[in-house]
Amino acid sequence: MKKLVVIGAGMASGRALEHLFETDPEAYEVTLFNAEARGNYNRIMLSPVLSGEKSYAEIVTHDEAWYRANKVTCRFGEHVVKIDRDRKVVVGEAGEVLYDKLIIATGSAPFIIPVEGRELPGVITYRDLDDTEAMIAAAGQPGANAVVIGGGLLGLEAAAGLRLRGMNVTVLHLMGHLMERQLDESAGYLLLKDLERRGIKVMTGASTKAILGKDKVDAVVLEDGTVLDADLVVMAVGIRPETRLATDAHLEVGRGVVVDAQMQTSDPDIHAVGECVEFDGALFGLVAPLYDQAKVLAKSLLGEVDAYAPKELSTKLKVTGCDLFSAGDFAEGPEREDIVLRDPSRGIYKRLVIEGDRLVGAVLYGDTADGSWYFGLIRDGTDIDDMRETLIFGPGFQGGASADPLSAVAALPPEAEICGCNGVCKGKITEAITGGAKDLTAVRATTKASASCGTCTGLVEQVLQVTLGGDFQMPGAQPICACCDLTHEDLRRLIKLKALKSQPAVWQELGWKTPNGCHVCRPALNFYLLADWPLEYQDDPMSRFVNERNHANIQKDGTFSVVPRMWGGLTNPNELRAIADAAEKYKVPTVKVTGGQRIDLLGVRKEDLPAIWTDLNSAGLVSGHAYSKGLRTVKTCVGTDHCRFGTQDSTGLGVKLEQILWGSWTPHKVKLGVSGCPRNCAESTCKDVGIICVDSGYQVSVAGAAGMELKETERLADVASEAEAIDLTVAFVQLYRENAKYLDRPYKWVAKVGLDWVKARVVDDLDERAALIERFEVSQSIYRKDPWAVPAREAGERSRYAPLADLTLEAAE
Amino acid sequence: MSWIDIAAVADIPLRGARVVKTKLGCVAVFRTDEAEVYAVSDTCPHKGGPLSDGLVHDRKVTCPLHNWVFSLETGEAQGADEGRIETFAARVENGRVLLDGTALGRRTAA
Ligand code: SRM
Ligand SMILES: Cc1cc2nc3c(=O)[nH]c(=O)nc-3n(C[C@H](O)[C@H](O)[C@H](O)COP(=O)(O)OP(=O)(O)OC[C@H]3O[C@@H](n4cnc5c(N)ncnc54)[C@H](O)[C@@H]3O)c2cc1C
Ligand code: SF4
Ligand code: FES
Repeated sequence: MKKLVVIGAGMASGRALEHLFETDPEAYEVTLFNAEARGNYNRIMLSPVLSGEKSYAEIVTHDEAWYRANKVTCRFGEHVVKIDRDRKVVVGEAGEVLYDKLIIATGSAPFIIPVEGRELPGVITYRDLDDTEAMIAAAGQPGANAVVIGGGLLGLEAAAGLRLRGMNVTVLHLMGHLMERQLDESAGYLLLKDLERRGIKVMTGASTKAILGKDKVDAVVLEDGTVLDADLVVMAVGIRPETRLATDAHLEVGRGVVVDAQMQTSDPDIHAVGECVEFDGALFGLVAPLYDQAKVLAKSLLGEVDAYAPKELSTKLKVTGCDLFSAGDFAEGPEREDIVLRDPSRGIYKRLVIEGDRLVGAVLYGDTADGSWYFGLIRDGTDIDDMRETLIFGPGFQGGASADPLSAVAALPPEAEICGCNGVCKGKITEAITGGAKDLTAVRATTKASASCGTCTGLVEQVLQVTLGGDFQMPGAQPICACCDLTHEDLRRLIKLKALKSQPAVWQELGWKTPNGCHVCRPALNFYLLADWPLEYQDDPMSRFVNERNHANIQKDGTFSVVPRMWGGLTNPNELRAIADAAEKYKVPTVKVTGGQRIDLLGVRKEDLPAIWTDLNSAGLVSGHAYSKGLRTVKTCVGTDHCRFGTQDSTGLGVKLEQILWGSWTPHKVKLGVSGCPRNCAESTCKDVGIICVDSGYQVSVAGAAGMELKETERLADVASEAEAIDLTVAFVQLYRENAKYLDRPYKWVAKVGLDWVKARVVDDLDERAALIERFEVSQSIYRKDPWAVPAREAGERSRYAPLADLTLEAAE
Repeated sequence: MSWIDIAAVADIPLRGARVVKTKLGCVAVFRTDEAEVYAVSDTCPHKGGPLSDGLVHDRKVTCPLHNWVFSLETGEAQGADEGRIETFAARVENGRVLLDGTALGRRTAA
């Protein structure tokens, strides 16, 4: 009999031996090496073992009886250290074995990120039974903390298992959302929510800097300085093929051991199978393709002809209660079309990717029942043209219903507040409706809901529709854009009501119809989220218009204008010199005094922006936000310092206001004016907030404009002290930030809610005024920063302004 | 085709773009998903707006100057606007962005 030696008793070699013995039990005499001190078991079931849902005995695939029956010489717990191709022997730790044919099936080795402390006891990877048992032992300690590095398939299964065993688990994931290779952001968001519901803490965008500890692991430190206590650290950041033996034996090795379609390596007597191989440039990390390879390998060893051909793959996460499925391809390729279905009330998200007449990818979350059907369509390349319209509803459905846009409102609990002005909750409105109020007017009359500012009208109508069903005719409210069915006002209210704190959360929970919005809704949404959750929401520059993303105004030729802040219109020789120097150095074609009392450098090249900012910063100049939906300028006049009519220090007050308000983001731009007397040289009466100083104090007025519409301000209040004038201004701006529709200037918003409504909150209700000011300050603790300083300092951010590559610099041939 | 390695995909912000200077003019490389990129001409056919400064959504970009929307896959203007931007082959492999050097007028691959 010929001698077959197998290195590695894993999933792939186990399956190959089964096929071999089934077809011809007498063909080979087999010696099986395994570094692990045991034979073949179902490695993918280690997760249920970790969580306690299964025992090791239940996942063994080949027991002693099987090895005996097939006369396999088992050398378990013995590493193979060398392959000697000249003598055709395999060298194990306990001696040599001759081979006629050899199978390398060494699988993969976990990747270990090269951080300090990675060798401390308590830092483990997740690959085999020993790792699993080490984790179970660590979880035995009550109240212990585990940090799992890596939010992919393996890391999340480890996290879920450890959590079920009672550990406090934190998952660190480098990318912006979990399982980014299999899931898109919306599915990643739902998964995150499900994990959090299980008590697992997830930190995305988290980069590990070091692992701390003396004799054992104590803590993990992140790049941003966060320190997490840890009794156990699980590294699950990826795997790489275990190729060392093959490399030492001078077989052809790329990223894996290179094999042909017969699973043969560059040596005709040596085959390889499983995760250690590379075929046609591809590596493998799931068992389905390995089983196909095993079948081909068995045939090759018996001299039969077959060829391995890779197929599409699908992924499931083995965490009880997290139903997700992903298959096929989401990247690359022209002519792609997405179909998205969201059912926010049931936490369902489905996305299909279609190319031409074929389904090429599918992500399902929450309801994965149709996963295998979609997978079949993908794998078989079925022509889906006839079912295109109904494909997303699955195989059982060919009727054509669509997702219910009302489900978000339907899902609100009765105590959710619908009308902020009058404090009316959903329950009270449904009560009124069932009590006989069948339309908006009747609901208004009985509950007062939407009877004041009216911005919740859409929501009240939706409650009517949810409650009355077909009996209620919905008046057509203007949705934000084609991505959703909500008005701006409803969106703002639902973000607060449902505490939605990220864009994927909003897309999913409020039923967005596109994968990630459009140029109309994204900037609005980004503003609403940062205004409502300044501490929790991470501002997204990619959801901002070009000017706010590049901190400068784009010009018609693609260059930019740069306007430094001049507080209250004041400047000095040092600043003017720096501006003059910058204008010269960067060859600025036009320098202009603006209508906002400062200087504009027009025509700066994008690549030069970070450098010109650095120069201006070093003279103490910061961004003037001449490009922002935020605080622009505070115009002042010379006031008591110089003017013979001045009654108060208008310049000083203007500077103070600008220093408090600068950096804040608002629904549209905000401009202020402070004039020293009613002659009004600072044009305060046509600003968003205008203050006129008089002998008795300050006249604070709001909601003026002098752009496309010309509108005089309306008096908010007369106050005696400068401090109170400042308080009123800040409270007004915050009320505007919290309530106005994106791209409504204050005058438009005040016209909608009524000046009385504003006065009641800002002027009369002192508690509310104080609360508004406090919330503004919280927000400013994040946003009162010079955007020019950050990119100017950080190389990564700075490089965004430069070309990615220059292919014109090709060397001459 | 001759694929040339341009940069790491992480060098392009997610739903953002970076410019590559070529002999044919500026080409904008868009990153529409973690590992999905498209390369198109950076110049808007309307009035020359720099598309790399536009807002990226789905597999489309909105021009920063007057809000024309282009498909990054076909290069066609969407909706009522008429126009087309040139598209170039691009792909991501092992976290690297690869562009078709032949199409970009580069004779030797580095
Ligand atoms: C530079 C400046 C003109 C100047 O040379 O003086 C200017 C320039 C622009 N203004 Fe203005 N506005 C400038 C003062 C004004 C003023 C006067 C003032 O602030 O006292 C007004 C009227 C007052 C008002 O806002 O009510 C004004 C009303 C507008 C409007 C109309 C706003 C409205 O609500 O109706 C727009 C369009 C918009 O914002 O949507 C606009 C938009 C623009 C934009 C940003 C157009 C654009 O989107 O590209 C211009 C940018 C040019 C550039 O590349 O820098 N600009 N703009 C002034 C900069 C002031 C500053 O220092 O920041
Ligand atoms: C926790 C976990 C969950 C998983 N879940 C899934 C899942 O749900 N679905 C899925 O498709 N896949 C899953 N996988 C991946 C799947 O287990 C692997 O793809 C599969 O086990 C690879 O099979 P293999 O035979 O190539 O390697 P392995 O099964 O790793 O076997 C290789 C064997 O070779 C031995 N070995 C290595 N070097 C030597 C040497 N020099 N001498 C002797 N012996 C050596 C190793 O000890 C090991 O026992 C999971 C993996 C893990 C760890
Ligand atoms: S008035 Fe019109 S042209 Fe002049 S700067 Fe303002 S927006 Fe531009
Ligand atoms: S230049 Fe692009 S839309 Fe006008």
